[in-house]
Amino acid sequence: MTNSPTGAIALNTFREAVRDRVLYLLMFFALAWISSARVVALMTVGSEAKIVKDLGLAAIELVGVLIAVLIGVGLVFKEIEKRTVHVLLARPIHRWQFLLGKYLGLAAVVSLNTLVMTACLHLLLATHGEADFSLLPAIGLLWIEQLVMISVALLFSSFSSPILSSVFTLSVFVMGHLSWSLRLLERRMTTTAGRLLCETLYWLLPNLERLNLKAEAVHRVPIPSVQIVLAAAYGIAWSVLLVALAAAVFSRRDFT
Amino acid sequence: MIETPLSAATAPPARSASAHAALRLHGIRKSFRSHLWLRPRVVLDGLSLSVTAGTIHGLLGPNGAGKTTALRILLGLLRPDAGTAEIAGRPSTDPEARRSLGFLPENPYFYDYLTAREFLDLSARLAGVPPRDRRERTGQLISAVGMEGRDDIPLRRCSKGMVQRVGMAQALIGDPEVLVLDEPMSGLDPVGRREFRDLILARRRAGRTVFFSSHILQDAEMICDRVSILEGGRLAVEGDLASLLSGEVRFWEVTVTGCDPAALREEWEPIATVPGETVGRVRRQEDLDRLLRKVSAMGGSVRAVVPCRETLEDLFLRQISRKGDA
Repeated sequence: MTNSPTGAIALNTFREAVRDRVLYLLMFFALAWISSARVVALMTVGSEAKIVKDLGLAAIELVGVLIAVLIGVGLVFKEIEKRTVHVLLARPIHRWQFLLGKYLGLAAVVSLNTLVMTACLHLLLATHGEADFSLLPAIGLLWIEQLVMISVALLFSSFSSPILSSVFTLSVFVMGHLSWSLRLLERRMTTTAGRLLCETLYWLLPNLERLNLKAEAVHRVPIPSVQIVLAAAYGIAWSVLLVALAAAVFSRRDFT
Repeated sequence: MIETPLSAATAPPARSASAHAALRLHGIRKSFRSHLWLRPRVVLDGLSLSVTAGTIHGLLGPNGAGKTTALRILLGLLRPDAGTAEIAGRPSTDPEARRSLGFLPENPYFYDYLTAREFLDLSARLAGVPPRDRRERTGQLISAVGMEGRDDIPLRRCSKGMVQRVGMAQALIGDPEVLVLDEPMSGLDPVGRREFRDLILARRRAGRTVFFSSHILQDAEMICDRVSILEGGRLAVEGDLASLLSGEVRFWEVTVTGCDPAALREEWEPIATVPGETVGRVRRQEDLDRLLRKVSAMGGSVRAVVPCRETLEDLFLRQISRKGDA
């Protein structure tokens, strides 16, 4: 894999991220969050295990998305700004291979982060005899959500500055979780133009709530396998579409 | 002197400067717009040039002449508004065309979290060097560019000259047919410049092509077979160095001692005085003969007579001033 140009770029992106202090700061923050969940649970009325699971899943989601956004928005921009992209693209590689390599490298980083945090959460639950592997499908979908966010960050990073890209990407994250409200708004709209705008926005944004099964997992609500598979396919399709769009934008760029 | 182990080990017998073009730009026009509401600024205007395989070709010109833009178009990093760029007959935007090419950018900046060895390994993977050869080639090039013992230092701790050396090594990692170098001598000390010159000459001996831009005309004059001088985005002068520079002596620099320099006013223009010696410039053969006789008659002595022929710098400055006058 690493003999292909895409694999070599992915390996280098992974190496860059794991040598970046930001990653360790975020992972430390996440682990502290998960560890403190038990203390919070002790101070709260209700099921202790549920609160630990709730906070743990929230930490996995939020920190994963922060890694995807904070590292993702600089992925391509930094290469262009520092002109390292000149040396890479002067090699016998396609521009889409470069972009795919960057995506896969960061995907490996968020995968590792999700694995470590999942292991920590389960270890914490297991030490109190509450190990619950039914959380895994929900964590899997959170992981796919992070892949979608990497694609969004990559797309913005291919034509915009890191600050703007961060704002745009986090906006997509928030709006993606609230896109169901566009449907509600559409029903209340009286004008055709307003309804069309809501409808267009709804279809232009990934519906990230489809990848959010945290509440069901914590409360042990049975989730049909079909729903999980369809949600995963939905997330992966969005990710593929966004990476393809980023590659199309990137392939038309001039590197001055 | 730096040897190029890859070429020595794997190169075919040295070829004569074959007629086919290793690199070709034809009718290139490129303009940049700094703001949407401003008119685009034309950087290259109908540039056509061809680099013959097996030669060292220099691309010269003042700042802003369009040298770097021309190189970036050749590498497929910039798309021209008009015209074509080819590497060994294939469009430069075709990645396969770049398989035979190595590139060193101007003021290179590489991934500073990598060591020289890690960066060369990445470059080898991207250049398509087979896995079994990667370690050996990386080691050979680290030694060839004088980075032995410093190959495990992160690049962020390397000096500018060391980064330049690593840059040259990554350009050579795939043992390319064509080497494209943007200001390769900048940031190097005199020893480094000498080593890079030797390295470029070694490429030509191995039958490879080198195309480089430079501000350092003395270096270009020492190694180039052919030069192209750009001015204002157009080709001002192109040709073999031997034919562009006449071999005629333009003047002599004469160093005399033990006589009054003022007495030689008719024959020369004094240009420098150091304790006990005066250096002057003599423009005609008859003045030189007369000056030598006069010095001898005055009881002085001639320490040196240096004939000065036209240099690339003279040609360059003449060309630039002609454009300025026009």
